[in-house]
Amino acid sequence: MASESKKKPVGKLIIYGIGSVILYWLLLTNQEFINQNFGRGGLYALLPIATAFLFSFIHGNFTGYFWTVLGVEAKKKREVK
Amino acid sequence: MHDIAQTVSNFIDLNWMNMVYLFLVGFVGGLVSGFIGSGGAFVLTPGMMSMGVPGLVAVASNMCHKFPKALVGAVKRAKYGQVDVKLGLIMGASAEAGVLIGAQIQENIKKSFGDAGSNLYVSMAFVIVLAVVGGFVLKDGFKMMKQNNTGVEEEEKTTKIAKWVQSINIPGTMVYFKSIDKKISILFTIPLGFATGMLAATIAVGGFIGVPAMIYILGVPSLMASATELVIAFVMGMGGSFKYALHGFVDIRLSMIILAGSLFGVQLGAIGTTYVKGYMIKLVMGVIMIIVLFSRGLMVPVYSGQLGIISPLGDMTVKILKNASFAIMALALFTGAFIVLTALWKGIKKEKMVVAHERTQEVR
Repeated sequence: MASESKKKPVGKLIIYGIGSVILYWLLLTNQEFINQNFGRGGLYALLPIATAFLFSFIHGNFTGYFWTVLGVEAKKKREVK
Repeated sequence: MHDIAQTVSNFIDLNWMNMVYLFLVGFVGGLVSGFIGSGGAFVLTPGMMSMGVPGLVAVASNMCHKFPKALVGAVKRAKYGQVDVKLGLIMGASAEAGVLIGAQIQENIKKSFGDAGSNLYVSMAFVIVLAVVGGFVLKDGFKMMKQNNTGVEEEEKTTKIAKWVQSINIPGTMVYFKSIDKKISILFTIPLGFATGMLAATIAVGGFIGVPAMIYILGVPSLMASATELVIAFVMGMGGSFKYALHGFVDIRLSMIILAGSLFGVQLGAIGTTYVKGYMIKLVMGVIMIIVLFSRGLMVPVYSGQLGIISPLGDMTVKILKNASFAIMALALFTGAFIVLTALWKGIKKEKMVVAHERTQEVR
């Protein structure tokens, strides 16, 4: 048991990292399109909200795995002796 | 349509400096809100305005980064068993109503007394709420820290009010909440959620009411209260963002750049909560509230002068006060972040020592 060590989720980090980079690349290279359409109001309001959910999922997972791979993890619960 | 076209042209050109600034402040804000449940907005909104973003777009874009951040934070903290989803949703719904009324009051004040009147109202709300609630939270946090340091077994005591609230039985309104492990009447949670929303609409940080209300009035443990606040912030933030987006005020580029930094922060802040005791939540929250109080207090004479309540201040004095106020506000956020990072650092170090000790014991 002493040598028990959890595998770090490097693969997942890379996948979500690539996803995150693509999302931000799309965001920054299409600013004109975004400015013209996302701020139109009315039904177009769904665009920024959907974007926020999409980013929170992809980038959220990426940042989560980022700290795990770096070794910054939550305190493990152990039995009170 | 005309309004909307004008708004679209109000979306600023982004440069690298602005993006780096938003990312960094987003990170620090995220770190604090992952820990205490809210925070960051009070620096981000004026920060964006100083870049030339119109006030409403700054408020809307900040809100649209807040709800996905709160969602990620809430999911993370739910994994640690700290979130009371039911309480968060019920309070979130009533907070939504509070936001609507709060925004209406703001609008009426603006119509009757102009920008200075509205600013004075906001600053006064800041000063009163922060002085009363912040003072109480900080005092309690210090008291608990002392008890903890002197070796007295620290366990959060339920306040007398919370005991009373928990003892009241109003048939037909009783709901079981896992964070309290008791049934309480939603007639108590509704006004608290409402007040949280009112404050969120007024000073952008509803958690300064929401978290202490859950702790002291409902009897929710600090760690769970700050985690549940993230659910409230999610519900409130999503409703608010949608409302602003309907009128075309959300600049999603700003929101997502802030989110880029704040998700790194919120994860770290959430991890931090697993290493600390409840009083740390109170300490960080209390310290931030009291520093912000001074920041807003500085602005009261400025707005009072503009309204003619006192004789107007000179231009130079106004400028100095404004800059000092913003600097103190940023200091509040960074102080909070510093305490969180220190606690996290110490916690991880201690944990590593414990793990190493356990391993040597097992080898023997």
